[in-house]
Amino acid sequence: MIDQLITLWPELSKSFLDTLIMVGIGLVVSFVVGLPLGLLLFVTDRDLFLENKWVKSITGVIVNLVRSVPFIILLVFLFPFTDLLLGTTTGPVAASVSLSVAAIPFYARIVESSARDIDRGVIEAAISCGASPWLIIKDIIFPEIKSGLISGLTITAISLVGYSAMAGTIGGGGIGDLAIRYGYYRYDNFVMFTTVILLIVMVQVIQYVGDFTAKSVKKS
Amino acid sequence: MISIQQLSKTYASKEGTVIGVDDVSLDINQGEVFGIVGYSGAGKSTLLRCLNILERPTSGKVTIDGIDLMSLSSKELRKARQSIGMIFQGFHLTMAKTVVENVGFALKAAGVGRIERKQRAEELLELVGLSDKANQYPAQLSGGQKQRVSIARALANNPKVLLCDEATSALDPNTTQSILQLLKKINQELGLTIVLITHEMEVVKEICDRCAVMEQGRVVEEGDTYDIFANPKNELTERFIKTVIDFTIPEALLKKSEGTIVLLKFTGDLAGEAVVSDLLQEHRIRGNILHGKIDYIQEKPLGTFVMELKGDNQEINRALASLRATLGEVEVIENDRSTDYTMARAE
Repeated sequence: MIDQLITLWPELSKSFLDTLIMVGIGLVVSFVVGLPLGLLLFVTDRDLFLENKWVKSITGVIVNLVRSVPFIILLVFLFPFTDLLLGTTTGPVAASVSLSVAAIPFYARIVESSARDIDRGVIEAAISCGASPWLIIKDIIFPEIKSGLISGLTITAISLVGYSAMAGTIGGGGIGDLAIRYGYYRYDNFVMFTTVILLIVMVQVIQYVGDFTAKSVKKS
Repeated sequence: MISIQQLSKTYASKEGTVIGVDDVSLDINQGEVFGIVGYSGAGKSTLLRCLNILERPTSGKVTIDGIDLMSLSSKELRKARQSIGMIFQGFHLTMAKTVVENVGFALKAAGVGRIERKQRAEELLELVGLSDKANQYPAQLSGGQKQRVSIARALANNPKVLLCDEATSALDPNTTQSILQLLKKINQELGLTIVLITHEMEVVKEICDRCAVMEQGRVVEEGDTYDIFANPKNELTERFIKTVIDFTIPEALLKKSEGTIVLLKFTGDLAGEAVVSDLLQEHRIRGNILHGKIDYIQEKPLGTFVMELKGDNQEINRALASLRATLGEVEVIENDRSTDYTMARAE
């Protein structure tokens, strides 16, 4: 068994790194784009300080459009775009383009729903202080949802691990790809089990780190 | 200071148009504590929220310190809101910020720099008596302390007006008292104009110079608090006053009594006891006090006596006539024995 592991090691560590790259890029992009998008969805909602029916509906429709396409189809659908962007459609970086596109609206909805949990009165009190919309977002909404943002990132990261397996099979690489190639096409149960255990450990670690961070930023 | 002219606020709903505030005009003077009383749904909260345009009136005009608030751009409105503090029933503090940061937020909104912010926030916390809690989080504070923090926040930018939206309704009686005393103190020391809404007449009695009673979006009665208490004109106002000054006599006692029951109100400097003893000396009647209470409203006494008068009918009538002469405009209500205990007006 040790021998098998040693033979597998180079490929396993390469796959692991590829998965990390895909999940990592997807996570960073979903945070950077999804956070403002989620806040936009929230503040343009009815009875809020930047209420705007058009912006709200258009953003909402786009987010839903992306979310309603099954990921495996989105992947293929985005190939021309990825090709245009990077000049290639294979490798973990290329795969992370479609992973990011899928994760952005996912995270945006999480941001929106955690912002909805804020007591409207707190926002109203800020308005009555004469605060600008930007100050309210930065100083009231953001601190209140900080812990929710981190929990949301945890959920997104775990979904990305799952999606990365799909992205892997059509040229992205990574642990999922390894499992399919060896486990599915070659009936190699050892590789299959190793990758499954690795994925389980990975998800557990993400969950643990996420919960811990979310808890530690929660004040009061 | 605050002028509300023909203000109306309506909402569109599935069942049609709902009227929140219906053609209200009020003038609130500089430096006074003005109370707006009403049951929930009377529109008082909507009216208050129209005063800093948290809700935009459908029609009418709101002028504070000479500025027509409805004509302002959103930037100018933000500036104007900095001189209109507001506190709420639910305090509405940011849970993720410390006490001093919560107060500092209002200053940040006004563009005050970091060092000055800290200094001013500490001053304000001292004013509301919470200097030792500066670095705690709201969750660690009691309701009364949270309201003090929100008062400090509301006062941060030296406002001219403070709006209080049921500010004491979530607090126990003792805490309510201490918050009211604090409001009174800032009203006197800072010369702040305070507009408060409440469903508790006790609050009005305690600190309001003038008040208005609202029902179904309209102001049904308005005036000096003492006059309103001494001489309510509207039936709803009377009901509100009864929650504070109650003179209901137990049914059993009424059945037992044989004489005429009169309700006497003494306003201002008329000493109730003297009037009563004179009355009994001058007329051949016997008097029995069933209820007696003196309330102090704006430091002026308001006495309520319920008496049973026994004796010859004619003599009683004469006694009533002289009572009316002494008490002047004060109403004397007598118990008509034939129609059970309905307090019919004597005049």
